[in-house]
Amino acid sequence: MVKDFPHVGLLITCLVDTMRPEIGFATLKLLEQAGCRVSVPDAQTCCGQPALNSGARAEAQALAKRVIAAFEPFDYVVAPSGSCLGTVKAHYPELLADDPVWHRRAAQVAAKSYEILSFLADVRGWQPQGVRFPARATYHHTCAGLRELGIYAQPLQLLEHVDGLEILPLEGETACCGFGGTFAVKYPEISTAIVSDKTRQIAATGADTLLAADLGCLMNIAGKLSREGRGDIRVFHPVEILAGMADGKGVAGR
Amino acid sequence: MSTALRSPANFRREAAEAVTKPSLKIALDRTTGLLQRRRTDVLKAYPEFEVTREIAKNIKDHTLAHLDHYLVEFERNATAAGAIVHWAETPEEACRIVIDLCRQADAKSVTRVKSMLGEEIGLPKALAAAGIDRVETDLAEHIIQLADEPPSHIVIPAMHKTREEVAELFANHHKEPKIDGEVGTLVESARQELRAKYVAADVGISGANFLIASTGSVCTVTNEGNAELTTELPRMHIVTAGIEKLVPEPEHALVLLRLLARSALGTEFTQYTSFFTGPRREGETAGPEAMHIVLVDNGRTQMLAGEMRPMLRCIRCGACINHCPVYGAIGGHPYGSTYPGPMGSVLTPALESLEVAKDLPHACTLNGRCAEVCPVKIPLPDLIRSLRDDTWRRKLVPKPARWAVQGWAWMAMRPRLYRLAAGLANQALRLWAGPRSMIAKLPLASGWTDSRDLPAPIGPTFMEQYRRRQRR
Repeated sequence: MVKDFPHVGLLITCLVDTMRPEIGFATLKLLEQAGCRVSVPDAQTCCGQPALNSGARAEAQALAKRVIAAFEPFDYVVAPSGSCLGTVKAHYPELLADDPVWHRRAAQVAAKSYEILSFLADVRGWQPQGVRFPARATYHHTCAGLRELGIYAQPLQLLEHVDGLEILPLEGETACCGFGGTFAVKYPEISTAIVSDKTRQIAATGADTLLAADLGCLMNIAGKLSREGRGDIRVFHPVEILAGMADGKGVAGR
Repeated sequence: MSTALRSPANFRREAAEAVTKPSLKIALDRTTGLLQRRRTDVLKAYPEFEVTREIAKNIKDHTLAHLDHYLVEFERNATAAGAIVHWAETPEEACRIVIDLCRQADAKSVTRVKSMLGEEIGLPKALAAAGIDRVETDLAEHIIQLADEPPSHIVIPAMHKTREEVAELFANHHKEPKIDGEVGTLVESARQELRAKYVAADVGISGANFLIASTGSVCTVTNEGNAELTTELPRMHIVTAGIEKLVPEPEHALVLLRLLARSALGTEFTQYTSFFTGPRREGETAGPEAMHIVLVDNGRTQMLAGEMRPMLRCIRCGACINHCPVYGAIGGHPYGSTYPGPMGSVLTPALESLEVAKDLPHACTLNGRCAEVCPVKIPLPDLIRSLRDDTWRRKLVPKPARWAVQGWAWMAMRPRLYRLAAGLANQALRLWAGPRSMIAKLPLASGWTDSRDLPAPIGPTFMEQYRRRQRR
């Protein structure tokens, strides 16, 4: 049942917390616009994805339990990241499968967890109104959002309602940018080769703005664009545009 | 790269070197790009794809669940058709059986159809050691035999070579090379070079795409017709096949064949699809006098009993490889084994050892595209994660990486301390960046900053700013 004024627990994600708080505040604003009461639990740190993907199962399990306990009381759990939310939704239940009590709790939290863009579009049926962002942008679909959560149409459905925003087609829009969490620093040569393809394809669109909905991928692409001297391309998370908060500096660009 | 130095243990070094080769990048982009587009196009005209995938998965799962039954059934029916079935537990045993059979046939020259199982057990080397002349009849295998290189892809073994490099190779090695810049002419040059050798061969060696339990048949597919020439002209046909190639009935092979051609090359069906059942029978005018089938385990029964079991569903189409961004950047050679890309990162640790292949499961961005395209729904990212768990448990993860994850997790379990650390990190990055928004060089982060800038945070952490606003 869709509540009129649901209570949302905002999973801010460790990367947004430390590296780009703007995405967090934009998410907060959008959730409120979409008729939600928002809380930011103090007990949260990180979803444990780096441990999970490093093979450190015990550490990942301990962190998963923390997140589950902190977010259980809410009607919904929302995060501005496909990979962090994918960890909660697609991996927590499996991670805690051996413990019947925790497995049930994980499944319950997973069932009410949403990535912000899909939450706005699918759960709240929200649309931006009177938002203006004149730009020729292109959109990179991040892997976990796309393949773990099935988010493809929603971001563009929302961005369609932004005045002045044109979205140019991107070749390889669903291909990985080469970030892969710790992969980016464990295998820097391979990661760099992959992101070089991405920045070349972005530049080929002629876009002045790149949008993608996961900060790790954004930092990877933004960092490469900047190193290549393509500072004319601004980089934002879509929530910053939708919340009308993309007037400052992007993750990269002017 | 020479065959002798190949090992997955050298992955890191070989991968770093591979990304610096411009011609490799051209070759990979051309071919993986073409294969991705062709697959997408052919699937548009195949709405049953999703349903067929599910059926295919069930066929393989059922066969694997009753593998003991179907193996015995296959042996009984193949024997009844006049073939002789051999069982090999290890690569060495398999090679010894093949070499003994070649000697028994007094073979000076053997023709071979591309078989990854043959590569897996090291058959080319074993034949060379036994002094038996080996003629590779698959065009791509012919190319890499001339270049003295190992295959870099399971379907397109010469994926790493540009047509310009192939032209040069043929010019240097063919008796009467034909080269005019066209691919068709290169094919003609190889065809001329190879035809005479088919007829002269004493033994033909093939792999199997499928083994049919109910008939004892061996199914092979090619797009060049070389399997038929290789197996039908010589006196003896030897098949080497992994035990996971079994399916119960011919109909089941047909389901998998529909997926195989579409997933591998983006075509509706393979050009040549043959079912071989026993040697030449009385009254027949064609076919080998003897047919031997060597069934190889090499770690497969171990996989059957463990968490990597879904990997035994693999039909070797290569779709996961063609869609892997890591493979697309480095090609197949750095993986140091027969099987590259996502499927190789799961298979190689099982077939060789996790110790030697410990890098492979980690050299993956977990983007999930491999599982998305797999025609038998192998959950490759899950299997890769599970192997990462094993590397952690068995202490194969380098100590600094281990300490970093453990230290960070310890901190993340203590929110107040974590807040403090995040705040300090945020402040340090802002100080280091100064008035610039990008960090070009950062101590201990050269893995990032050697090739990319690091976007610096603009203000304090979210939690700090949020609490401040709450207090107001």
